[in-house]
Amino acid sequence: MIHRIKNKRTMTKITSLADLRRKSEELKRRIDLREKSEHTENLIQVKVAMATCGIASGARETMDYLIEELDKRKIDAVVTQTGCMGYCYAEPTIEVKLPGQEPVVFGYVNTKKAKEIIEKYILNGELVDGIIPQNYQTINEKK
Amino acid sequence: MKDISLHILDIAENSVTAGAQTVRIVIEELPGQDLYRLVIEDDGKGMEPDFAAKVTDPWVTTRTTRRFGLGLPLLRQNCELAGGSLDIGSQQGKGTRVTAEFRLSHIDRPPAGDIPATLRLLLAANPDLHLVYEHRTANGTFVFDTRQIKEFIGNLPLNHPEVLRMCSTYINENLLQIGAECQTKNDSKLAENDINH
Repeated sequence: MIHRIKNKRTMTKITSLADLRRKSEELKRRIDLREKSEHTENLIQVKVAMATCGIASGARETMDYLIEELDKRKIDAVVTQTGCMGYCYAEPTIEVKLPGQEPVVFGYVNTKKAKEIIEKYILNGELVDGIIPQNYQTINEKK
Repeated sequence: MKDISLHILDIAENSVTAGAQTVRIVIEELPGQDLYRLVIEDDGKGMEPDFAAKVTDPWVTTRTTRRFGLGLPLLRQNCELAGGSLDIGSQQGKGTRVTAEFRLSHIDRPPAGDIPATLRLLLAANPDLHLVYEHRTANGTFVFDTRQIKEFIGNLPLNHPEVLRMCSTYINENLLQIGAECQTKNDSKLAENDINH
């Protein structure tokens, strides 16, 4: 069993540019290449706040997880990043915009929270804990 | 910031915000000089001399959501803790170059971290950016240049999850070949994904 996996692993080694070309040809046959950017209004848009505060709190893992997990579940979504949204105390923060709806910002999004957001909010429209209300004022805005 | 790869992600974002078309990231591991050097240069809008001079002051920032910026100050602190220094050169309208030097063997030098993860997320977020990554060690040099990569992958979008995974594997394997310092967390997970397909 282990031996078989080992063989497969060697086959998928991508070390040279030629390997990269071969693997790309294989991907082209297999993956769905819809042009996502043309109809973004029908897509779920996820923005991960990736300023210093976000990165220091683990936003890279969160974004990595979201890209992988949404792809695995075949959810039509674009994951991009944005700067600091001003909620440094609650990093990592993400903004999720479902088609035709107002964007919602979630705080403290580690991979576990990200999974919950995908399963409850993205797939079922159900709200989960950790939403940062729109009328929240940052320290600088407070009078 | 726990490691150098996270600093790279952070500083490269400044370049993107500055409107850079090209971002070049160079890491050199020079055991002979006991030096670990990271250079990030871009062709963004650059900074005014006044601003460039005080940019490692935490109370200086361009952002409007809060009054301080810690990206460069934290990097400077990490350099200085590890017997090195941070140098910033910038020309308005030309671009900015950040050079971070650490003593390679210094106990307080942050580890390199998961460099492939940083690069794949930079690609994911900025598929149109011309990103060049060079890594030099005593055993050789590895160059990852998105312009070159695009020639080889054809019309596949660089920010497709499968393409990101492929590029990440490619970077990781080449870094291993030149004996570059790099800690990949998801290596086994990525390989597993490959097998499952």
